[in-house]
Amino acid sequence: MSAISPEVIQQHQLTPDEYQRICRILGRDPNLTELGIFSVMWSEHCSYKSSRRHLKKLPTESKLVLVGPGENAGIIDIGDNWAIAFKIESHNHPSFLEPFQGATTGVGGILRDIFTMGARPIAVMDAIRFGPLDSTPTGTKNKHILEGVVGGIANYGNCFGVPTVGGECVFDPSYSGNPLVNVFALGVFRHDEVFFGKATGVGNPVIYVGAKTGRDGIHGASMASAEFTEEAQQKRPNVQVGDPFMEKLLLEACLEAMKTGAIVGIQDMGAAGLTCSTCEMGSRAGTGIEIDLAKVPQRETGMTPYEIMLSESQERMLLVAEKGREGEVFAVFKKWGLDAAEIGVVTGDGILVVKDHGIVVAEIPNRPLADEAPLYDRPYKGVKPYRTAPMEGPEFASTNLSADLTTLMTSPDLCSKRWIWEQYDYMVRTNTLAGPGADAAIVRIKETNSSIAMSLDGNGRYCSLDPREGTKLIVAECCRNLSVAGALPVAATNNLNFGNPERPEIMAQLVESIEGLAEACTFFETPITGGNVSLYNETLGEPILPTPVIGIVGLMKTTDPMGIDFKNAGRSVVLIGGIGDCDHTHFGGTQYASVVLKQVWGLPPALDMDYEKRVHSAIREIVTAGIVESAHDVGEGGLAVALAESSFGPAKISAAVDFNSGTRPEFLLFHEGPSRVIVSTSDAAAVQAIAAKHGVIAPVVGTTQEKALSIAAHGKPLLEVQTEALRDLWENALPALLKES
Amino acid sequence: MKFGVVVFPGSNCDHDAWYAVTANLGHSAEFLWHGDTNLNHVDAVILPGGFSYGDYLRCGAIAKFSPVMQAVRTFAESGGPVIGICNGFQILVESGLLPGALIRNRGLKFICKEVQLRVVTTDSPFTNAAAKGQILRVPIAHGEGCYVADEAVLDELEAEDRVAFRYVQNPNGSQRDIAGILNKGRNVMGMMPHPERATEPLMGSTDGLVVFQSMVAVPVGSK
Repeated sequence: MSAISPEVIQQHQLTPDEYQRICRILGRDPNLTELGIFSVMWSEHCSYKSSRRHLKKLPTESKLVLVGPGENAGIIDIGDNWAIAFKIESHNHPSFLEPFQGATTGVGGILRDIFTMGARPIAVMDAIRFGPLDSTPTGTKNKHILEGVVGGIANYGNCFGVPTVGGECVFDPSYSGNPLVNVFALGVFRHDEVFFGKATGVGNPVIYVGAKTGRDGIHGASMASAEFTEEAQQKRPNVQVGDPFMEKLLLEACLEAMKTGAIVGIQDMGAAGLTCSTCEMGSRAGTGIEIDLAKVPQRETGMTPYEIMLSESQERMLLVAEKGREGEVFAVFKKWGLDAAEIGVVTGDGILVVKDHGIVVAEIPNRPLADEAPLYDRPYKGVKPYRTAPMEGPEFASTNLSADLTTLMTSPDLCSKRWIWEQYDYMVRTNTLAGPGADAAIVRIKETNSSIAMSLDGNGRYCSLDPREGTKLIVAECCRNLSVAGALPVAATNNLNFGNPERPEIMAQLVESIEGLAEACTFFETPITGGNVSLYNETLGEPILPTPVIGIVGLMKTTDPMGIDFKNAGRSVVLIGGIGDCDHTHFGGTQYASVVLKQVWGLPPALDMDYEKRVHSAIREIVTAGIVESAHDVGEGGLAVALAESSFGPAKISAAVDFNSGTRPEFLLFHEGPSRVIVSTSDAAAVQAIAAKHGVIAPVVGTTQEKALSIAAHGKPLLEVQTEALRDLWENALPALLKES
Repeated sequence: MKFGVVVFPGSNCDHDAWYAVTANLGHSAEFLWHGDTNLNHVDAVILPGGFSYGDYLRCGAIAKFSPVMQAVRTFAESGGPVIGICNGFQILVESGLLPGALIRNRGLKFICKEVQLRVVTTDSPFTNAAAKGQILRVPIAHGEGCYVADEAVLDELEAEDRVAFRYVQNPNGSQRDIAGILNKGRNVMGMMPHPERATEPLMGSTDGLVVFQSMVAVPVGSK
């Protein structure tokens, strides 16, 4: 074997130590194909080598968890012999280089993760983040990225036929060179329909199905594991191209083939393509796999073994069938017009043997390749998490609180995202009970009497001020959203988007965030069943805000959703959880600070997890009892924003509110303390009785009325706005931002 | 009554149509595979929404060549009721069973939302259970739903009372606000909105049910 030069090793983003480790595993120098295989499997993206040590701190078990992290997606028991599979994945780097295709393949990848387990995808949500949409050249580029990403998500999900039921879209300058595209998908199946990515049964045939292999996406996983430099655009060819029609056929064919009983194991070819699927399936089963690349369907001629093994062409799956029953599998794929080719066999020696026309081109033990990537304990101890914001903020006093509310409602983060979500088919499959715009999305399972509620949330601003507390607040918010819908939160998935972990102050952010996540998910009984870590989100040394995105699912009986909007005038407005506390330091992370005062400082809002959980129990019981007409969680922008949002319903009902509070007006109206929900009801006493049972205060703060939102404290008017006019501004803000150039 | 729901590669509202006419309408239905030439003695055919063959050429342009469409054509020519919803409407237009064309929405974006439809004619097997002028709340979900045709064709559609539905507020630029049309024989209808998505209180509207109730109300062959 010819030795590999240090330059080539470096090009593959392997360190000299990692190279030595490869030599030890092989007992010799690798050839170039083998080096390529190791480099993708040991990339940060595939191996989690910087984060794995800390991810072990996360809770992963409960009575409902059927399958935890490590498989393609986590699985939760929802009763009646039914289960759900769900997970979140990022496609950040590709979406910067090629927004449309980056986003489509992000959606495609996570959908395959779901149906490779046997589940039919029934919902998708997206958390997307961009730089500001201002009139600078960077702003113009950001608009282009947003329009491309939204178009890509719409194109793929709509054609595939899965509803995009919710998500979030957030802006911050740190995402200018590094947008975040995190896609969550959820599927449903019966307990006996679960499949795993295991290559069991020596002698069983290994079958390749789906799209042909091309040269696209080679080294995509490695690209996603490095910072961007000025040469980043040269990596555009590394981005894959999505074909949702092919994926739809692949879905139907895979689910149908699974029903034959002839499939032993199956895994999608995502990051690191054929390499990852072969060695992981072998590693999980403790077997080896021998394949011949000459048998791999190819759409280009003259591809080298290196290229075939590292291609990330989309819409491909690898499966292992029961020997002698291959014909049943082939028949199904033929029916759907898809390529299916037997490319190899399961062996007993634990070794991945790759041949090309019968000649061995790579020979690597599966387990060390898949599971024994070097793990790093990146330095972070004694280092404070990276932050740029000061602890102290400016003195300020509002001169027009009504104008401040309008400023907030038309700000990029808080304005209506209708322009985005109307491009998504959010109702195909006719299961969407609550879609975009609701606190939590709700999708029913027709075959049972139960529904799944989902909430996807992140907050880079909070986490930049305190990654631990910020992450806990996100978990609390997700669980609160689910509880407001009447659902019981049961499990979570996470997408950790951070900068370069080789910088101790970034690593410190990551560790703090993971520990906060562990603490909150343990407390709220929502174990993490899988997820994704996206590091090196930096461009020219500028890291993104630390942005963990958490998706939490909850279970509920199928029923008409509550809705956040006021329905009738003359109802009591009750603030479950109470007004809450705030001080100058904890006001520094609010939207008001960021948008109105244009400065962020201090700390995120203070969270009392015990009280928060009691609020969840209370609101869940209140909503389930059917004694309220609307329920809306108080989130970013605080009470005034939540009240305005509840006023934007078709009934055009708003509220007159008078708080019994001496808190300074800016804090009272706009602080973002958690543990609060606004409901409207004709039976305030019943609401308060349930709240009291859970040890939660629930003051009546006002009455619903037509047309205007008016807020006072101790009888002194603070603001009054005409809600229809405000609603128009709120609806038109994003289209207006996108048009300006 | 037995409905046949055609499944093309890329159909994705096939199950929704099936669910609407079985669970919510209470009739029977079966799937018809695009490669088959036999309609299995169904009483009515539904061409469902989706992206048949990926819609990579023109929406519906490839589906018209599928074997099942030859059978659907024969079925329609003999008076059998055929409804094309969304992509199904596009397929009917491409197949020449309905006049005109569906082009990209004004605004060039996919639009998913509930719209209001006005029932223009009740003289059809798809609208006879509705009242003339009745307003229906039904969702749309399409990128290429802008109905266009020659002025002469549009005049003829109106003169012959073959406009089934109009949008109350035109979402996509369709000429003369047209949301659904009938063929000359009145037994083939195409509409861009999705009545199958409005057949149950949990879906937010039951107004779409009237389309399928109409199909059941008229005995087969009575027209």
